[in-house]
Amino acid sequence: MEAIKEHKGFVYPLNRTNVDTDQIIPKQFLKRIERTGFGQFLFYHWRFDDEGNTRSDFDLNKERYQNASILIAGENFGCGSSREHAPWALLDYGFRVIIAPSFADIFYNNALKNGIILIRLDQDQVRQWMEDAETGNLALEVDLEKQLIIEDDQEYPFEIPAYHKEKLVNGWDDISLTLHYEDRISDYETSMKK
Amino acid sequence: MGKPKTIIEKIWDKHVVHQEEGKPDLLYIDLHLVHEVTSPQAFEGLRINGRKVRRPELTFATMDHNVPTKNRDVIKDEISRKQMETLKKNCEENNIPLADMFHPDQGIVHVIGPELGLTQPGKTIVCGDSHTSTHGAFGALAFGIGTSEVEHVLATQSIWQERPKTLNVHVEGDLGPGVTAKDLILAIIAKFGVRFGTGYVMEYTGEAIRNLSMEGRMTICNMSIEAGARAGLISPDETTVEFLKGKTHVPDGEAFTKVSQEWLGLATDDGAVYDEQVIIRGDEVEPQVTWGTNPSMCVPVSGSTPNLKEVEYKADVERALMYMGLKENQPISSIEIDHVFIGSCTNSRFSDLQRAAEIVRGKKVHQNVRAIVVPGSFSIKLQAEKEGIDKIFQEAGFEWREAGCSMCLAMNDDIVPPEGRCASTSNRNFEGRQGNGARTHLVSPEMAAAAAIEGRFVDVRDYAGVPL
Ligand code: SF4
Repeated sequence: MEAIKEHKGFVYPLNRTNVDTDQIIPKQFLKRIERTGFGQFLFYHWRFDDEGNTRSDFDLNKERYQNASILIAGENFGCGSSREHAPWALLDYGFRVIIAPSFADIFYNNALKNGIILIRLDQDQVRQWMEDAETGNLALEVDLEKQLIIEDDQEYPFEIPAYHKEKLVNGWDDISLTLHYEDRISDYETSMKK
Repeated sequence: MGKPKTIIEKIWDKHVVHQEEGKPDLLYIDLHLVHEVTSPQAFEGLRINGRKVRRPELTFATMDHNVPTKNRDVIKDEISRKQMETLKKNCEENNIPLADMFHPDQGIVHVIGPELGLTQPGKTIVCGDSHTSTHGAFGALAFGIGTSEVEHVLATQSIWQERPKTLNVHVEGDLGPGVTAKDLILAIIAKFGVRFGTGYVMEYTGEAIRNLSMEGRMTICNMSIEAGARAGLISPDETTVEFLKGKTHVPDGEAFTKVSQEWLGLATDDGAVYDEQVIIRGDEVEPQVTWGTNPSMCVPVSGSTPNLKEVEYKADVERALMYMGLKENQPISSIEIDHVFIGSCTNSRFSDLQRAAEIVRGKKVHQNVRAIVVPGSFSIKLQAEKEGIDKIFQEAGFEWREAGCSMCLAMNDDIVPPEGRCASTSNRNFEGRQGNGARTHLVSPEMAAAAAIEGRFVDVRDYAGVPL
């Protein structure tokens, strides 16, 4: 995965709670056997109608959100199916940061493993930025190493588990890290056989 | 004696391979289940990095999500076919046992694990599928993982996991006649919401849970994920032991006696403390019907859709009602349906089909309704056919299908059309889950069967001919 230390971009506000991974990427697009090319299917049934035409009433389709790379959403983002196609689609579409009051467990892990910065923030702050991004252009800067979100000259701290941060800023691949512990795994297997 | 422990702590502690301050634990995995949709990219990852599957014999694969349930030889979608062929090739290359579409062990991954006795108390079980929580019914620690984690488990037979918090869902009193495990878990989610389990592993306890069959317990644990929980489980008891006796991958004779003692010893100790506890009365639960687009949007069949003035998240409720083509304050009994799906890893086991069949016996499916039954596995299908259950359904006008996920997620040809309305025994009523624009109402198999006959929702407890 690609290392990510900081990110600056425009915000797209998705003012919905419990956005499930079936909405993020519908099942008909799970048949590919590659990891790439899923961005075109992101939020498919919200972005397109039955004939495949762009829906003008869905905000993400609006001109002003075309370059958005930070997603702000309501509680419990990413609930439902464990499909990693959801973070693949978000990343491929261009989202590098997601801010929400809470995330579903499996999605949280999946997204971090793909180098998306997930930030849990309190409800009020999320609501404020959601409104700001609905009414005008909102640009934010995320400094992962310092754990700060910067808006103009205001700084907002956030929490992230240290080991997640370490992996994100270094772009480390989990499997190579785990293979350092291979002896332990073998020892465990031997002790289980007894 | 040491400090009393929950079953969750016992299984966890036994599987820690490596522990370090400030980091998640490295946990050993005893069983890795694999299916065609979430595995191709994981195998590809191994190949690119020149890595091998560490313990193929602890891995088991099947095809379920994409498989055609009408005619096994007709896969209309080329990409579906390629996905299944890819799984076959990956399993062959890596010596992983596979129950493919034509294999007698084939079925939905969460149905066949227990059926084959691969699922056992005390095991850590993962699968690239959120409903892996189903296996917790046996007192196993079982949870869904993403594709990167699938690759990680293939390569290392272990996974990094944060020690979960524990949550006890205690059900006081027994379920009333005509009320099922499905109604209980829907009522729990309706009461506590779709995220009350986030960050927790839940253990279900109490009279109603103890009295459930293993099938019923699987239905409960299956939907733990819909409450946001990482996993849900139930301490093993005699019911668990009895179910596993004689299963293919379970030892027999003296070895069985020994292992079943070990299993029973895993149960949560008296006096063990959970991080949280919630309590619900089982004897107050009525048959449930979901009206909205997540499983907590659910009321008893005697109820109505919400009053918009009384709800917390008004915009979400309004959106859900609009998607579902319903109004506020609308009685559930006034909702007419045109599709019925009896199947999925929640409710496609033998006893589910048997109970639904009792309701449709000698009756006819309503003229506006298309109804299908999709057994959870090939062996359930065979058993049902041996006992004439297929005939009861077919004579009533149901279609009788081959095993698979089918209309639960509509990845094959079994799709509810736009604005079609389905009474479904599956676990998710998300927008578009059963087809683009499709409207899903989650119910028990009995409620689905009665709805198929009446063309609308009725209280199965008042329904003529129900053995109560
Ligand atoms: S039956 Fe439905 S929920 Fe269960 S594994 Fe298949 S698609 Fe997933």
